Order: sequence, then C-alpha cells, then structure tokens
Amino acid sequence: MRTPVFLLIWLVVCAAVFAVSVWLGNDYIFFAGYVVLQYVVLGTAWNILGGYCGYVNFGSAAFFALGAYSTVTIYRLTAEYELYGMPIPVLMLIGGVISGVVGFGMGYLTLRLRGAFFAIATLALAVVLQTLVVNWDYVGGSRGAYIIRPEQMGPIGNYIRYLFLIMMLLAVVAITIARLIEHSRLGYGFASIRDDELAAEASGVPTLRLKLIATTISGALMGMAGAPFPYYIGYLQPSSTFGLDYAVNSIAMPLIGGTTSWVGPLIGAFLLGSLQQIATVTISSAVNLLIVGFLLVIFVIIAPNGIVGLVHTYLQRKPEDFVGRRHVEADMPGRVP
Amino acid sequence: MVFSFDLLINAVVSGILIGGFYAAVTSGVSLSFGILDIVNIAHPAFIILGSYIAYIANATLGVDPILAAIVMMPVFYVLGAGIYQVYYVSFEKRGQESLRGLAFFFGLLFITEVTLVLYFGVDYRYVEARYIGPSWHFAMLDIPLRILVPCLVSLVLTAGLQLFLTHSFLGRAVMAVAQDQLALRLMAVDPIKIKRIAFGISIATASLAGAFLIIIQPVEPSVGREYIGRIFAICVLGGMGSLPGTVIAAMLLGIVESLTATFYGPSWAPAVSFGFLLLTLAVRPAGLLGR
Repeated sequence: MRTPVFLLIWLVVCAAVFAVSVWLGNDYIFFAGYVVLQYVVLGTAWNILGGYCGYVNFGSAAFFALGAYSTVTIYRLTAEYELYGMPIPVLMLIGGVISGVVGFGMGYLTLRLRGAFFAIATLALAVVLQTLVVNWDYVGGSRGAYIIRPEQMGPIGNYIRYLFLIMMLLAVVAITIARLIEHSRLGYGFASIRDDELAAEASGVPTLRLKLIATTISGALMGMAGAPFPYYIGYLQPSSTFGLDYAVNSIAMPLIGGTTSWVGPLIGAFLLGSLQQIATVTISSAVNLLIVGFLLVIFVIIAPNGIVGLVHTYLQRKPEDFVGRRHVEADMPGRVP
Repeated sequence: MVFSFDLLINAVVSGILIGGFYAAVTSGVSLSFGILDIVNIAHPAFIILGSYIAYIANATLGVDPILAAIVMMPVFYVLGAGIYQVYYVSFEKRGQESLRGLAFFFGLLFITEVTLVLYFGVDYRYVEARYIGPSWHFAMLDIPLRILVPCLVSLVLTAGLQLFLTHSFLGRAVMAVAQDQLALRLMAVDPIKIKRIAFGISIATASLAGAFLIIIQPVEPSVGREYIGRIFAICVLGGMGSLPGTVIAAMLLGIVESLTATFYGPSWAPAVSFGFLLLTLAVRPAGLLGR
C-alpha cells in the first residue's frame, strides 16, 4: 500500500471515530480516548528504537515529561510577558525538538557501548530529570504547576475534543512514520542491528548513525506526546509525570502487541489502554498497574512475539504441525560462541 | 553557602561511610551484571523487599534488622535461584536476553514495587535498634552509629564475597563462567548450575543491603528507583565485577554525593550518580579496575 493511501485510510478512520464520539455526546469518551491515543504514540515511539533496533529505553517517562515541562515553561514565559499563548501544535513541535535533542545526546554518550548501558542510562535519566524539575521553582518545583485550560476551542466545541483530535492526528503521524521506516533502507538497517549488530557493522551498515536516528525519532515522538499533557491534566506534578507507569506501559504495549511491525504497538496500546481505563474506573489504579506488570512478564515469557506473533503462527501453521511435531532446539546449556 | 573545614571533613567521612553501605548494595549487581552478564535492573526492588522484611521482623518480633536479614538470606537465595531458572529457560536459552530479558526484570521491578504499595501504602517505614540514634564524637568528627554499623557489616560482606570468589572452588567456577562457558563444560561443570548459584547469592546480598537501607533511612516502596542509577554507576565505575573496584567506586560516589548534599542541598544528590555514570561511560567504559 502506498503511503498516501495508507494515510488517507487512517484519516478517514479518525474522522469516523471522532464523528461517532461526538454523536455519543459524552465528553468522558474524549478524556479516556486521549489517554489511549497517547499510549498509541508512546508505544509506537518506543517500538521504533526497542522493536526495530532492539535497544531498550526505560526512560519513556523522562522524554514524555520533557515535552510536558517544555510546555509548562513556555506557558509561564508567555504568561509573564503577557504574550498570546502558543497553539498546541507549535508546543508539540518544540517539545519534540527538545526531547529529540536529549535523546540524541543520551544516545551519543551510551550507544557506542553494549545495549545494556543505554538501557541503564535511560532508567537513570528519569531520576535525574525529576531531580532537576523538583529543584526548578520556575516550573513549580515539587509542588507542581497549574495550567489553565481554555473552556472552548472555536468550532470544535469543548477543549478536550480539540486535544483528543490533536492526539489522534499525532497517533496517525507516529504510525505512518513507523510504517515508512519499516519498509525503507532505514528499517532494514535497524533490523540488521537488532539481529546481529557485529555482522551489520562488518557489512558496512553505519550502525551508530542508524541508532542515533532511531533514538532521536523515538525521543522526539515521546516529547510530542507529552507536550499537550499539561493542558489535559491541568495540574502537572513531578512525581506522577515521571512515574514508572509511563515507562512500563510504553514497554508493555509493544511487547504484548508484537514488536516487529507498526501493528503491534497499536494493538497493544489499544487493548491495554482500554483495559486500564476500564480497570481504573471499576477497580483501582494501583491494581490495574499490577495487571500491566503481570501481563508484561507473562507475555515476554510465553509469547515472545506478542499478539501479532501468535496470529502469525496461527495463520502460517501447516498440516504437519498437527501430527508428530518435533522440536529440535539448541538444548545445550549455554550457547557456544 | 558556608564553607568550613569542619563541614568538609564531616562530609568526606560520612561519604566514606555511606560508600561502605553502597558497596553492599552494589556487590550483588557486580556479581549478576558484572560477572554473569545478567542485567538485573530489578535488584533495587529486592533490596526494598529486604527492607520491608527487616521492618516486619523488627516491628512484630523486635528482632535486630541485620540479624533478621541474615536469617532471611537463604530464602532470598532460593528466590534468586528460581528467578534465574525462569530467566534461563525463557530468555538465555532462546538468545533473547537483550530485549525481552530486560523487559522481564523491569516487569519484576514494577510488580514488586506496586505490590508493596498495595500492602504497605506509601508511608515511610523505619526500624528500631540500639545503634540507631547515638553517635560517636572525635574532635570535630561526628559519626552516627546508624551509618557506621551498616558500613562495617557491609565491608565484611564484600570481603567475604571476594574471598569466596577467589579462594573457593565454587567461586572460581563463577569467575570461570564469565570467561568461557564452553571450557567449563569440558571440565564437567554445569555452567547453568554455577550461574544459578551465583545469581542466588547476588539476590541473597539484597536481603542484607535492604536491612542496611532501612537502618540508614526510612523506606517507602519507590525509594529503590533512586538506587538504580547509583548501583549501576558504581558497578560500571568499579570495573564491572571487580569487588575491590566496587568498594572504591562506592566510596568515591559516596564522597561526591555527600559533598553535593552538604554544599548544594540534599535534593541535588540523585543527579550526581547519573553524572558519574555518563562520565564513566563516555571517558572510561572499562571502569577503574576493569578486567
């Protein structure tokens, strides 16, 4: 499928979803839907680095919070100098650029080493950025920051509908980028890094440059997802913005959905995001995070390729699979180098 | 900012003491990440688990937290051995440890933290013991016993581990596993068994480290996250799996953190370890005493 056609189909789907949501007339749908769409973006962004390149980023919350806090900073600045507030798409661009630059810097320092170092550094990044924000009074420090959300937004009506619409468009952009990467030279380069980095390097794949591209795109998308968040939540608090739930969700969703294609994070985010929205309302928010943790562990052990992988195996099964299936595995303790 | 010699000396000494405690926290990771190459990012979660067990033993039975932790070490060992078995069968054997293995440990970290929050809430818990409270005074120095005791026990623990690794058959087998699994198999030793034992020991140290933690500071479930950066910064700086290097790196970090806390304020301390980690990775990835 050509990319413009792909994009067009998704835009039609989005228009339909938006129309149905408006027709249902309950604004709660927009509040819940916004979170699910936000996770679609975060999951897809994580997957560009994690699923395609095989490098684990535990710092989704840090990149997300970077976007959110760049919005807060700009909000404070415009309020101080009595300027006209910036429209959200511009804020998203700024948040994306900042997160992208930070992602690039992190990657430049740690990606030349083994993958584990990058993962650890991203984990620590969240703690450090939180320290910075807590100590920075201008953006509210540990008390948090308030953002006053406009009531209405032109012809769209309630402001939450506007945010929902923007997040939906960002989700489409993220999915399109992921799909574009998958079917390009870039994507094949990423896959070669994931499968065998040494062999890729030896065959002339510029691995460091590709990894840096992946980190930058992934970080930028996460920052863009975070930029409208202060307007959504109204009151931004460091401890919740840097919370582990963003990190665990943006890892769990692609891994549960399937990491090899753009479909996986979409399915994962949609299922897990909706499940959490329902569980938060009916049970409690701590329990639903526990569910996500358990699902993540169970899926990585039992279904390494996620839901997409399960469906794929189901479709690809051959008759002989059902009679006398024999598994020949490298059953030796420890792999021979 | 008041700069005085007294303050400086006290900061350095308390940094060294805290560093001794950091050595105990990190020695487990030096074993699992440094030697076995298992990126156990859930280690801080097990430390917090150890803290809560020490807390329960102290609050209900009035047992000394360090004693309780030593009694619990075999249980932690079994837990660690079990986790390694799952890890081996699901990830190492399939060659998927880099992505899914990491996600697995992250899931464990998350599950432990959320479970503790559900049971104990987010209130800070603390323990009571005779050495918590009083402190020794030498001239201008001021040494709180609540930090001195964990530091000393921790140095004993680290020294014991080092002796075990260099002077016992099992310990030397652990070191050998890191170098060449195949050669070990040719010597009729099962590398998986050795790794299971080593990982069990690494988790067992978390029990003791947890008790130290709750002696030094009040604990709530998410405190562990601050230690992730610290632990791995020390482990990398110490040279991945070298225990003497771990102790030196731990004390270095302790001193820098303590100086930062004294002269800039304690809320900046978490950022120090990250700076340390990035600097080490950028300048000398092999660490101080790299193999």
